[in-house]
Amino acid sequence: MKIIRASIIGFGSVGRGVAKTLLLKKEEIRKAGFEIKVIGIADSRSGIVDTDGLDLEEILKRKADTGRVSEENLSGIDIIENVDHELVIETTPSDIDTGGVGLENMRMAFSKGRDVVTSNKGPLALKFCELTDYAKENGSKFRYEATVGGAMPILNLVRETLAGNEIKSIQGILNGTCNYILSRMMEEKAPYEQMLAEAQELGIAETDPTYDVEGIDAASKLVIIANSVFGMDVNYHDVDVTGITKITPEALMLAHDEGYAVRLIGEVKEGTLKTSPRLVPLDHPLAVGGTRNVAYIQTDLSGDVTVSGLGAGSIETASAILSDIISLYRER
Amino acid sequence: MRVSMDIELKDTPGQLLNALQPISELKGNLKSIVHHHEKHTPRGTIPVQLVFEAEPSNLEKIIKRLEENGIGVIRVDEERMMEHGAVLLIGHIVHTDIQDTIESIDETGYAEVVDISLSMPHIDTTSSASLKIDALGRQELYNAIELLKNIASKKDLLVIEPIQLT
Repeated sequence: MKIIRASIIGFGSVGRGVAKTLLLKKEEIRKAGFEIKVIGIADSRSGIVDTDGLDLEEILKRKADTGRVSEENLSGIDIIENVDHELVIETTPSDIDTGGVGLENMRMAFSKGRDVVTSNKGPLALKFCELTDYAKENGSKFRYEATVGGAMPILNLVRETLAGNEIKSIQGILNGTCNYILSRMMEEKAPYEQMLAEAQELGIAETDPTYDVEGIDAASKLVIIANSVFGMDVNYHDVDVTGITKITPEALMLAHDEGYAVRLIGEVKEGTLKTSPRLVPLDHPLAVGGTRNVAYIQTDLSGDVTVSGLGAGSIETASAILSDIISLYRER
Repeated sequence: MRVSMDIELKDTPGQLLNALQPISELKGNLKSIVHHHEKHTPRGTIPVQLVFEAEPSNLEKIIKRLEENGIGVIRVDEERMMEHGAVLLIGHIVHTDIQDTIESIDETGYAEVVDISLSMPHIDTTSSASLKIDALGRQELYNAIELLKNIASKKDLLVIEPIQLT
C-alpha cells in the first residue's frame, strides 16, 4: 500500500475538519489505493512532528482542551521546510490583503517539491499564476477545490466532467452569508442591518462581516474560477466589486413584483469579471434562498449546468480537500 | 424591428409562398403566420396575419414586393423597441433629478424608460425604484444599462442590473 506523508498546516475549523475526515474515511482512502500518514500538524501558536505518524484523535482532543496542538513553538513553515513529506494540506485562514502566512507556506512547499492541497483563498486570489507556475517548475501538484464554494464541486467538475466543453460563462452565488441576508430581508421585509444582526446571532455572519457583505469573499473565489477555468491572469484587484450593504427591503419588494430576486452574483466571462447584486428571475436556478452556494455554468456542448452545495463549514470544506487528495494519489 | 402585418391572399394555390418569399429574400425573420383559411373576406380573399422581424430600411421594399405580387397589405404595425429589460436603482433618486436620469436614456433614440415604480419609505432615507427599459435590440439595451450605470455613479446611485438581458 502506497503511503502518502502529509502535514496539516493550520488547525482551526477546517484543519480539524480535515483530521476528523481522515479518521472517518480511512477505509475509503485505502480503497483508492493509498494511506495518509500525518507526520506534522501546526496551528498559529504551536506545532508537532512525528515521522512515524501522529495520533490524530489525541491531537484533536489536546487542541479542544488546551487550544494548542502541542507545547512546542514549532511553526508550520518549519515543518514544511524541514520534515520530509509529500503533501502539505494548507488550511490557514485566508488573508486577502497580503496572502499572509498561507502564501509563504505554499511557496516553501513548492520550493521543496511538495504537493499542496489547500482551502486558503488569499494566496490564490492574489498570486494565482505565480503559484501555479512555481508548482509546475518544481514538479509539485497543486489542488484548491476547497477555496471556491466549500463542498460545491466546481473546479474539478469543469476540469474533469465537463472536459472538452468550451465554458462560455460562469455566474455564481459564492457567498452564503450574503445570500442568507438577502433572502431574509425579502421574507421579513426587514432592513439590511436587522438581518445582518440575525445572521451574526446564528453564526452565519462573522462579528466583522466586511469580507462577506462587501463582496470581497465572493470576488476572491471568482478570481480563482477566472484563472483556473478561463486561463485568465487576474487578481482580486481586477474584479469590479459591489457589496450588499446598500440594498433596501423596498428594492427587493419592487424586484419581486417584477418577478425577480436580488442576489449577489459573481460573473466571469470574456471581458467581464464582476461581483455585484443582480436581478435574477424567480424561476432561474440562481434564485435560491438560504446559505447554499450555486454555480451556473454555460457551455457550448452541454448547455447550462447548475451545481449547488454547502459553501462553508468545517467538514464540508474538508470534504473538498479529501476529494482533491484522492484525485491526486488514487491508483489509476 | 418587429412587424405585425395583416395581408389578404387570393384563394388559389401558391399564394402563401408568394407572400413569404419577399420577406425571406429581404432578410426578414418570420415569427408567426396565422392563415385564416376558413374566413373569406367579402372580396373572396383569405386573411393572413404575419409577424416578422426585419431591418427598418427593408420594410418599404417588402410592402412594395408584396403588392407587386398581387397581395393586399391591409395593416402594418411596427414595434421598434424589441428588447425589454428591468433595472433597480437605490439611492437619493428623486433628489438627484430623476427627470434627468430618465431623459438621458430617452434621448439616446435607441432606448426609452417605459415604466418606473418608486418607493420612498422616509424623507431622509434612500429610495428605491424599478425601471423598465425598452430598446431597439439586445446591444442597445446593454448600452442603455451601461449609460444608466455611468449616470448613477455620478449621482451616487446603486444600479442593480439583470443577470441576463432577456
